Amino acid sequence: MIVEFTLNGSPQRCDVPAHWTLLRMLRDSALRTDAKHGCGEGVCGACAVLVDGIAMNSCSVLAPQVEGASVETVGGLARGEELHPLQAEMVARGGVQCGFCTPGMVISAIEAVRIGAAGSEAEIRHSLAGNLCRCTGYGKIVSAVGAYRDGESPEAPRADAPERESEGAIGAEPSPGVGMGP
Amino acid sequence: MSGVEVRTGRRVVGSELARHDAIEKVRGRTVYAADFSLPGMLHARLKRSDYAHARLVRVDTEPAASIDGVIAVYTAADIPQNTVWVDVPGQTMEVGALKARSNVLADGVVRYHGEPIALVAAETEDAALAAIDAIDVEYEPLPVLDDPERALEPGAPQIHESGNLLAHWELEEGDVETALAGADAVVEDTYRTQFIDHAYLEPEAGVAWRDTDGVITIRAATQVVEHFRDVAKILELPDNKVRLITPYVGGGFGGKEDMTVEPYLGVVAALTGRPVRMVWSRQESLLARQNRHAVRMRYRTGADAAGRLVAMDIDILSDGGAYALLSALVLLYSTTCAGGPYRCPNVRIRARTVYTNHTPCSAMRGFGGMQVVVAYEGQMDRLAAELGIDPLDLRRRNFVDSGDTLPIGQPLETAVELPALIDAVAERLGPVPEPSAPRRAVGRGYACNLQPYGRCIWLNDWSSAWIGFELDGTLVIRIAVPDIGGGQASSLIQIAAEVLGVPPERITIHIGDSALNPLTGTTTATRQLYMSGNAVLKAAQELRANLAPVAAELLEVDEDRVEFTADGVRERDGERAVAFPALLAACASVNVPWHVLATHRAPKGVPWQADESWRGQVFPDFTYGCHAADVEVDLESGQTRVLRYVAAHDVGQTINPQSVEGQIEGGVAMGLGYALSERLVFEEALNLTGSFAQYLIPTAVEVPAIEPVILESGEGVGPFNARGIGEPPIGPPAPAIAAAIADATGVRLTELPFTPERVAAAVGAPGEEESDAEG
Repeated sequence: MIVEFTLNGSPQRCDVPAHWTLLRMLRDSALRTDAKHGCGEGVCGACAVLVDGIAMNSCSVLAPQVEGASVETVGGLARGEELHPLQAEMVARGGVQCGFCTPGMVISAIEAVRIGAAGSEAEIRHSLAGNLCRCTGYGKIVSAVGAYRDGESPEAPRADAPERESEGAIGAEPSPGVGMGP
Repeated sequence: MSGVEVRTGRRVVGSELARHDAIEKVRGRTVYAADFSLPGMLHARLKRSDYAHARLVRVDTEPAASIDGVIAVYTAADIPQNTVWVDVPGQTMEVGALKARSNVLADGVVRYHGEPIALVAAETEDAALAAIDAIDVEYEPLPVLDDPERALEPGAPQIHESGNLLAHWELEEGDVETALAGADAVVEDTYRTQFIDHAYLEPEAGVAWRDTDGVITIRAATQVVEHFRDVAKILELPDNKVRLITPYVGGGFGGKEDMTVEPYLGVVAALTGRPVRMVWSRQESLLARQNRHAVRMRYRTGADAAGRLVAMDIDILSDGGAYALLSALVLLYSTTCAGGPYRCPNVRIRARTVYTNHTPCSAMRGFGGMQVVVAYEGQMDRLAAELGIDPLDLRRRNFVDSGDTLPIGQPLETAVELPALIDAVAERLGPVPEPSAPRRAVGRGYACNLQPYGRCIWLNDWSSAWIGFELDGTLVIRIAVPDIGGGQASSLIQIAAEVLGVPPERITIHIGDSALNPLTGTTTATRQLYMSGNAVLKAAQELRANLAPVAAELLEVDEDRVEFTADGVRERDGERAVAFPALLAACASVNVPWHVLATHRAPKGVPWQADESWRGQVFPDFTYGCHAADVEVDLESGQTRVLRYVAAHDVGQTINPQSVEGQIEGGVAMGLGYALSERLVFEEALNLTGSFAQYLIPTAVEVPAIEPVILESGEGVGPFNARGIGEPPIGPPAPAIAAAIADATGVRLTELPFTPERVAAAVGAPGEEESDAEG
């Protein structure tokens, strides 16, 4: 079936079987490899992307569910050669080692800061509990997210993003990328 | 020793340099093994055993082969050389006694749950999956062996014709029984550790194709680029007809040291002539890739009234699983480190590893040097309590020092800064915090360790690196190092930048390619900074030595007044300067090359012999550490929360502080998972742990802010006198947590992991029975 959505701001049209996940559509049809397949069952968070501004594990979303939605991956965050401020903090503070969890980690952290779920170190840690990292011990990632938060004023939820409680096909679901430990 | 000038005034080494690979990774641009695709590639999958031990009566591949899109279905008979002889990966020297046999595909018998039986290649992923399901296997179940103690009893099922004793090391120094009889205090306990998984975020993956001249080229996530030789043997090709490329790897920790996807990719590419991709699912990764050994350690330790150790009697039994892989070497690490960083005149060690039907065990960060920390540190705490001596004082009275020899004959040649490490940790911690609520208890525990870095010296380890200038003055490093996330590549850039003046951003490093880059050995055994760092240092120094006379002539100064800067050479404290392009042009005119291939060779030693009287040096050097944890135990639920964690190591010299801290913090987090939550659960050798929802690696919530303390003694054998730091931080967390729980509750747990169920049972929480809490 045809799924039309915007991917990092550009219109995207994918012809995929209806049972494909968003992750598989991104990787095998849209040919974007910046969402990672770590577990395939919504636990590790390496595949997290923003769907209409909400972090979701793309392995646990079916491709047709993003019809008409705006999908953002970590590769869409930088402006030219200028890194997104969180990306810059992750590099500067050593939050990246093997880098496999990094795309999902960055996506979840951006959402956490945006919705005001990164106020304290403990809140940041809870917000990232759905993103596993085996290399860093998390400390440098938490520090990068804190520095990014300090550089941003916590925004109110964006007018163009659906409320979490709203009736939208996607917005109605809780974000699997946030707050769910294994 | 590298003999490099001064330790002060360095430009790049020791600075907080952001890693070049981090910028690519944070943008999602890094092309990992599973991210690479080729036009027309096939998709490969493995049919795996449903049984832990069974004879294969019939493997009917016909229903699979007839599925639309299925190109090939292979069983053992189709593999040119189905037997894999595991020696020490990536080495030129064979260690015959350690040789172990395994199979590419099961040949008549399956010996563990998930063992590969058949290999499928299809046009689509879906067709490959359908083919796997369609293969009809008839099994005749065989008796299952899942208890290492039973493995050595008469009548136990035999896993291999050679018997169930896979390997053993035994030694006795002094007279243990007499010393124990005369000791003022003797403590005895048995410690048990569990099977765990490496659980890196990137599952095993790769692609392969047949390239020009018939070279089978494999691009896969591996720690060992030298596996190209193993694949060549499997394909019955000359070594120079297989090429292995390793892109940036999404975590290794020893789990990508033995081969994973490499042989299967090679087989499909060679036999079909088509490009192919294989990606393992997380379930496959957890089910059927080698684990960390579960170990039973029985220790009797004696001391005199002054707290000086007089004897240790150590019996180690490790479960090696169904195939030998690196078990014998892992056991050697346990044997070497079994007594810990302590002096003791009378030591007996019996160490054995046996076959069972569990998933084969092999390398994992710490490699046998880490399980024993649980036991030797547990014994030190118990002895301290028995003698009424402060546990840290007891350790101070017994630490080894430079000039001492470990029981196996290993000399310690560099400084042992354990007393300073203990002081640094204690100073950092301050008072123990108060419990946060009633029915909760707070405690603090310490643990120290030693962990080797670098390979066994009789393996004749070596590393090569190529460094050359480009004509515009940028620099290129070629070195086949696999970068598994620890900053292996970026540290080499820093070392070259230090010597040659070229800033890191003007250096490009080409890594992980067995055909185009000089081989530098495996990213294992905490050897890569030590070995490839020394190779790059040597190459950079030789290159500088080539260019300096030419530069001196151009600058019209003495050679010792030539300074290498970001843009070129100049007269020290002077005005004259020549840019690199002009210097290189001058070099060309006088036939001075501006590239160098250099090899660093590790010290050599007397080869190990299969003889109990053998004594000698095993490792080039060790890294020492002291950790401490504050924990709060909920006396009702048994939940243990880590409040603070301080980890101190002497790293000799820091190359990149951020990378050193990253290794310490990451190693501790992995050690905390080992201590508190991680385990693979088997039932009659069937692996029941197939998902990250069941295998609990710590999340950001469970891990506290880990506080690394870095001490620089300048005493290592790596570049600029660095010591290795990849593996050492994983040893102390489990015994430190055990000690902290004991401090909080009065109960010392001896079986990992310290789950809430076990802690609650041990402290006698309401509703909990004392039991062998397997739940």
